[in-house]
Amino acid sequence: MGCGTSSSTKDRKSEKALKAALVIQNWYRGYSARLKARQRYALTIFQSIEYADEQGQLQLSNFFSFMLENYTQIHEKDPELVARLFGRTLQDSKDRQEYVSFVDVPDSYNGPRLQFPLTFTDIDLLVEAFKQQQILHAHYVLEVLFETKRVLKQMPNFTQVKTSPTKEITICGDLHGKLDDLFLIFYKNGLPSGSNSYIFNGDFVDRGKHSMEILMILFVSFLVYPNDLHLNRGNHEDFMMNLRYGFTKEILHKYKLHGKKILQILEDVYTWLPIGTIIDNEILVIHGGISESTDLNLLHRIERHKMKSVLMPPISIDEDQDTDLKKTKTGANVVPREGKTNESPSEQLPKHEWEQVVTVFSASNYYEEGSNRGAYIKLCCDMTPRFFQYQVTRATCLRPLYQRVNTMESSAIRILKERMLSRKTDLIRAFQLQDRSKSGKLSMGQWAFSMENTLGLNLPWRSLSPHLVTTDKNGNINYMSTFQDIHIQKPVKEAQSTLIETLYRYRSDLQIIFNVIDSDHSGLISMEEFRAMWKLFNSHYSIHIEDFQVDELAERMDLNKDGSIDFNEFLKAFYVVHKLEKLNKSDANLL
Amino acid sequence: MFIFLIAQQRTHWILSQIQFFLYFLKKKSFSDVSLFRNTFLFIINPEEETVLSKGWMSFILLTYVECLWTVFSLELVVAEYHRKIKEAFEVFDHEANNTVDVREIGTIIRSLGCCPSEGELHDLIAEVEEEEPTGYIRYEKFLPVMTEVLLERRYRPIPEDTLLRAFEVLDSSKRGFLTREELIKYMTEEGEPFSQEEMEEMLSAAVDPESNSIHYKDYIAMMVVDES
Repeated sequence: MGCGTSSSTKDRKSEKALKAALVIQNWYRGYSARLKARQRYALTIFQSIEYADEQGQLQLSNFFSFMLENYTQIHEKDPELVARLFGRTLQDSKDRQEYVSFVDVPDSYNGPRLQFPLTFTDIDLLVEAFKQQQILHAHYVLEVLFETKRVLKQMPNFTQVKTSPTKEITICGDLHGKLDDLFLIFYKNGLPSGSNSYIFNGDFVDRGKHSMEILMILFVSFLVYPNDLHLNRGNHEDFMMNLRYGFTKEILHKYKLHGKKILQILEDVYTWLPIGTIIDNEILVIHGGISESTDLNLLHRIERHKMKSVLMPPISIDEDQDTDLKKTKTGANVVPREGKTNESPSEQLPKHEWEQVVTVFSASNYYEEGSNRGAYIKLCCDMTPRFFQYQVTRATCLRPLYQRVNTMESSAIRILKERMLSRKTDLIRAFQLQDRSKSGKLSMGQWAFSMENTLGLNLPWRSLSPHLVTTDKNGNINYMSTFQDIHIQKPVKEAQSTLIETLYRYRSDLQIIFNVIDSDHSGLISMEEFRAMWKLFNSHYSIHIEDFQVDELAERMDLNKDGSIDFNEFLKAFYVVHKLEKLNKSDANLL
Repeated sequence: MFIFLIAQQRTHWILSQIQFFLYFLKKKSFSDVSLFRNTFLFIINPEEETVLSKGWMSFILLTYVECLWTVFSLELVVAEYHRKIKEAFEVFDHEANNTVDVREIGTIIRSLGCCPSEGELHDLIAEVEEEEPTGYIRYEKFLPVMTEVLLERRYRPIPEDTLLRAFEVLDSSKRGFLTREELIKYMTEEGEPFSQEEMEEMLSAAVDPESNSIHYKDYIAMMVVDES
């Protein structure tokens, strides 16, 4: 009897425990799945916005083409302007002495000192120095750049590489200034050397904070092992992209005295980077991929150094109406698609038949801490390629998932809200069109439709709505609620809000255009140049801003009334205030 | 929908009509509209036994209209569900070809607010898989199944107090916490056991590093805040 009751109590107890365990497991799995879904949503936001930005670049590119087409008219009005825009050529090597010798390395400098001709000890030296957060002196930077240009000039558009059973080759994708990722790759895979070949497939710079360091390590390694370290040009090896995505800023910040010189030489070095690498005559490694119209034979023949920028049509003022160049503009301008490297086997046919396309991307945590891993590929002869993945973390153990997801999510929602803000007028108009009764509310379907159409972003709006708007108890959306806790800080109080919004929305494009006009990197352009440029911009982008408003704006921008505008300072002032968050001044550098 | 039951000669027939409406609403399917239509024709095609007074005719007509309206608004609800499911599906459709990896189906279903057990999830997957499993689930197969799940409000999530009580059951000595080893034992040996990865993931957030134990009340509170 005693046994009977005690065993039945035990059974009841274990049954209860079983049920309890089931409850907890069920709940946890649901919770964990929802976290992963939120992570995916955040990633989708990042990717959509990045993709939309690239489409925006197309508009800028069209603007420059438009300028080129109206070249003659502009030329008549302002020949200097045109020369500055399109005639950015650098004189030859006799300037080298000028540039380098005028830059002295003081004795007090305790950063790395390179010795020319470079050897592998210089590579080690740089790696160690950069690990200690040191900065390479401008003198060495310039030396390296000149030397790199000299060597690159002798190379064809496509580097030919052979592998052998004893010699594998490692292919890395975009690094985007993430030095930690490069160190991790070298740690896992070894430094470049005669027996350890590498291909770096473009996009070494921009976005990350150590683009200069990466560039220096790569260039120095290239100079030491020119046959074993191969560099392909990516769409970010481009002075215009650097203006928008941060490398120019990094250089001017780290090299306050000589930054401008470095920028000028760099512009040229970029144009001499090879377009791609061909391995064993079978595999093409190229940044940005290929399309149906890619013609390798044509690409072999073009003069690659005439491509100053992926945004600008290739031109030099001395040649007029060079039709060949115009044709190659679409074929050879590698369409910017972030993070895509391509390798594919081809046969020796006049028309290449591509079998397989692989993408490799080497910057982990690209969007935000915890967003993604990076990878590299190891290839050898006819063996299958091997893939290696990694992720950089600051701590020795990962934070719990919910914290990582929260970080990613709030970052993504933030940039999405800013996007919404830059299109506030258009959005409100779209909402009001649907809101016939002027109630300030829309159904979920109506709101999602308006958002998707106006912003042009294919996102899961229904799932994201709790983060963006408030809903009433009937499930209807208060569409103005997004704009209540976020606004653009006005640099000039009296300026109209539509003007402010337009300036905010196009601030990156404007910054690029102004920086292009300001070829001596003084940070200033004249009032007439500003007006002329703005009028062209206005007409091409179909913006409805009255001329007098622009004139007023120009007056205000000329803060010290000396006839010139410090546009960088002015554009910096356009930042978004998130009322519910603490404002860091560093956030103002969203440009 | 109001149903008036009045004792009359025709009650029997009326009751059978009402039974039919209820059945129709429960099914909530437009495919039964044909049944619907036939019955309607039956009414306006009067035969001896089924001639009805004008009052009753209008009542029946009104009821039909109400049914139509319910079906219509249901269709709106279903349309919204479809869009919600599509959104959740597309986020995981990495190749943009209307398929997702079968290993992510659980995540998608749970992200839509449902909480199936592992066993129930397996059954669902069996329903949406191809005859010969390819490792991918197609949207065309997923949509109708998931819509039913949402309409029937299956696999409702666990309420907070049930969760708390579950922890309290495991905490037999009512200390207010579970040790790391205890939680591991229960989660990996009982019920539908955790994988090692799941266990580590749960521990990383739940364990209080100072006491090396899980204060489940705080843990639950934290998770609930995070989700809202």
